Amino acid sequence: MSNEETAENPVTSLPWPEQFGALAEQSKSPILRAFYESGCVSPDTPLSEVPLVALDFETTGLDATRHSIVSIGLVPFTLDGIELGKARHWIVRPKLPLHQTSITIHGITHSDIDNAPDMKDILKDLFACLNGRVPVVHYRNIERTFFDVALQWRLGEGIRFPVIDTMAIEAHLHPDRNPSRWQKLMGKKPVSIRLADSRLRYGLPHYAAHNALIDAVATAELLQAQVLHHFSRETRVADLWL
Amino acid sequence: MQAELIDIRNHLAQYPPFDEMAEEMLDRVVGDIEVVYFKAGSQILEFGDPSSWLFYVRSGAVEIYRRSGELYNRISEGEVFGQFGLLMNRKVRFPAKALEDSLLYKIPYETFQYLWENDDGFADFVEVEDRSRLRSALSRREKSNQLMTSKVTRLISREPVSAPCTVRLQEAARIMTEQGVSALLLMDEEGDKPLLKGIITDRDLRTRALSEALASETPISDIMSKNPISIRSSMFIFEAMLTMLHNNVHHLPVMDRDEVRGVIALSDIVKYESQSSLYLVSNIYHQHDVKGLKKISEDVRDSFVRMVNEDANSHMIGSAMAGIGRSFTQRLLELGEEKLGPPPVPYCFMALGSMARDEQLVVTDQDNAMILDDSFVPEEHDEYFMALAKFVSDGLADCGYTYCTGDIMATNKKWRQPLRVWKDYFTDWIDNPKAEALLNSNIFFDLDGIYGETEFAEQLKTLVADKASNSQRFLAMLARNALNRTPPIGFFRTFVLEEDGKHQKTFNLKRRGTAPLSDLIRVHALACGSRAQNSFERLKAIGNTKLLLDDDLGNLRDALEFISIVRIRHQALAIEADRQPDNNVRPEDLSPFERSHLKDAFQVVSGAQKFLKFRYNAGVARNV
Repeated sequence: MSNEETAENPVTSLPWPEQFGALAEQSKSPILRAFYESGCVSPDTPLSEVPLVALDFETTGLDATRHSIVSIGLVPFTLDGIELGKARHWIVRPKLPLHQTSITIHGITHSDIDNAPDMKDILKDLFACLNGRVPVVHYRNIERTFFDVALQWRLGEGIRFPVIDTMAIEAHLHPDRNPSRWQKLMGKKPVSIRLADSRLRYGLPHYAAHNALIDAVATAELLQAQVLHHFSRETRVADLWL
Repeated sequence: MQAELIDIRNHLAQYPPFDEMAEEMLDRVVGDIEVVYFKAGSQILEFGDPSSWLFYVRSGAVEIYRRSGELYNRISEGEVFGQFGLLMNRKVRFPAKALEDSLLYKIPYETFQYLWENDDGFADFVEVEDRSRLRSALSRREKSNQLMTSKVTRLISREPVSAPCTVRLQEAARIMTEQGVSALLLMDEEGDKPLLKGIITDRDLRTRALSEALASETPISDIMSKNPISIRSSMFIFEAMLTMLHNNVHHLPVMDRDEVRGVIALSDIVKYESQSSLYLVSNIYHQHDVKGLKKISEDVRDSFVRMVNEDANSHMIGSAMAGIGRSFTQRLLELGEEKLGPPPVPYCFMALGSMARDEQLVVTDQDNAMILDDSFVPEEHDEYFMALAKFVSDGLADCGYTYCTGDIMATNKKWRQPLRVWKDYFTDWIDNPKAEALLNSNIFFDLDGIYGETEFAEQLKTLVADKASNSQRFLAMLARNALNRTPPIGFFRTFVLEEDGKHQKTFNLKRRGTAPLSDLIRVHALACGSRAQNSFERLKAIGNTKLLLDDDLGNLRDALEFISIVRIRHQALAIEADRQPDNNVRPEDLSPFERSHLKDAFQVVSGAQKFLKFRYNAGVARNV
């Protein structure tokens, strides 16, 4: 699936819970059927009652058709706590060669990759953590798109799910983040909505390391802070998911 | 624990009790953690709630309260809280509130219990911490005070509201009402960029305009405060607080060089730190009789204890207490003038000694004097000033500032004199120094005008600064007097004890500690012509002239701070235990850390006295 919604398809225009129901019936892959059958919370559920999972992929590049996932980090959470004990991290073997540049970012080396499983071997564990939870990501175009393409490749079938995107929330909060040329002259600085920069605005600590898991934890913390600062525990999940 | 969470484990591993924990155990802790974020100001724990977590502060700051609502402790990065409830009956004993946006790690009760049973270091930490903290504030760890670590810019909430200083009264009032501000800045807009010329406040409008029934077309420049006292944007909130306390102003423009960044009001600081002594000060000005003031004076000791418990330093506490004393005096003078009518000639009410030095504590007597205008005619005017002085002095006594046993008070005719007589006094003290006489007039060399024509006091400061540095005999005599009181330290670094009134072996931290220090600092400061009154500021002034080496200055500053803070804590503990605070300390009341550092500090005093003796030739009697 691409993240463009196609108006002709009656299923994809349904509200998420109904859509999950319909997709469960259509899906041929047992793993995906189980995922959809585990359901999706009602759009009216207050955020404080939504089971969430922060998800982060490290990839070899930005284009899902040319680049691959190299690692996956996730941590289940709610507004009341991020459960570090249930955090998971996997390195997976990319279909396409590892670029020199992304190695320096992720700290993942060729030998890590050589010993890593293919993503299809970890899907069972991965979905065990995802089922019944709403994924939270920072920049949905990576996680949603790469996940969809990776599953098309391995299961012959893509995946659809709602996400809460902490970057989209920051973008919404700072609509004028790029100053005009005139404002730049006046010394106005652009507002960065990158994960690390966004966290600073909420007094969240800096993490030295960069890996998919610590970024997932960082994303979960950011959402907790965003909700307390700009929304409330009673906000409907439908107001935030995309 | 997932290896990728190493950042989180490493953070814990820096702080006790986790720093000495076995690796596997620490891994287990990380695996059991739940992370949660709290917004500044939100409640984390309510009294009596079930207690199921030990909290670790990953970032931010948390305040812990007693059940009574009194601030008990402030917890910051790397520290834990919530252990009391887990150890006792699994009910929250100390409510907790996020002071800043905070990220907390919650460690579940089961893990806490496991650690407590299997790790002795952990068990000791959570228990000992409990006992010692409940027992005394003396061993409390040094923690920074919010007011001392936050910049004033943090309090600026809006762009400054200003008007040209050519506007009329009514226009100014209209702008203030429309913008909802309690102070308006008045700018000279003639030049290239506007310059701050004055300020007008709500209070000014009431006292200067309304009560005088001024015409609405009165130029604002007639009644504004010209060249208002301001602060730099790089200053800390506590410095702003000191400036307000010292100058009795309730609004401060915050400046970046000559550009106004904003205005902060007393109420901003009170809001930021609702327990601050400024709150007490603002209350003083709302009292309309001595009875009301007396009632408030009961809060002074609480305010003092609170500052000590919040780890304010001695300069801050001394200034705050002096500011409170000043405010009582100023309010009493206002009330006295209301009762007796306006003064027949201008005058300045002067604080002497510790209040003038901004080094006042809770046990203090009143030392004050009046400088009258030179047009003063005793037969016509003195009845008024005697009555005013008596009103203030009695009022101060009611508020806990006991009468001065040496009779250095404005009620004494000798210390209620015109400016020219005061100039003669100082000239005589400096030009014809006699050790005996100087011993009694020492206190006049710490002076500060606090009400009325404070300009008079400034003239005396100038006279002293000009004359004293040129009179070697005066300095030698002053130095000799400064050597009368020696620190209580023996040859083998043992404390020299005296028997106090209660027949206990003690040493006196004021007489043998802070007093000899401020005496010797005063001599050096006068020798370099400084006009500063506060001992720390005098040290700074001495540093500028290179009279003392930087190392020696640093040592003196540390010694003064340490002896002062031990003295202050000693008094705070007495107040908390419902005893009468004093300056007599038994060595066994001190922690080993304090005993050892006090000895070092006393040795610094001893060394500084030797230098003083040598530098000013003070060893030999020169009374020829």
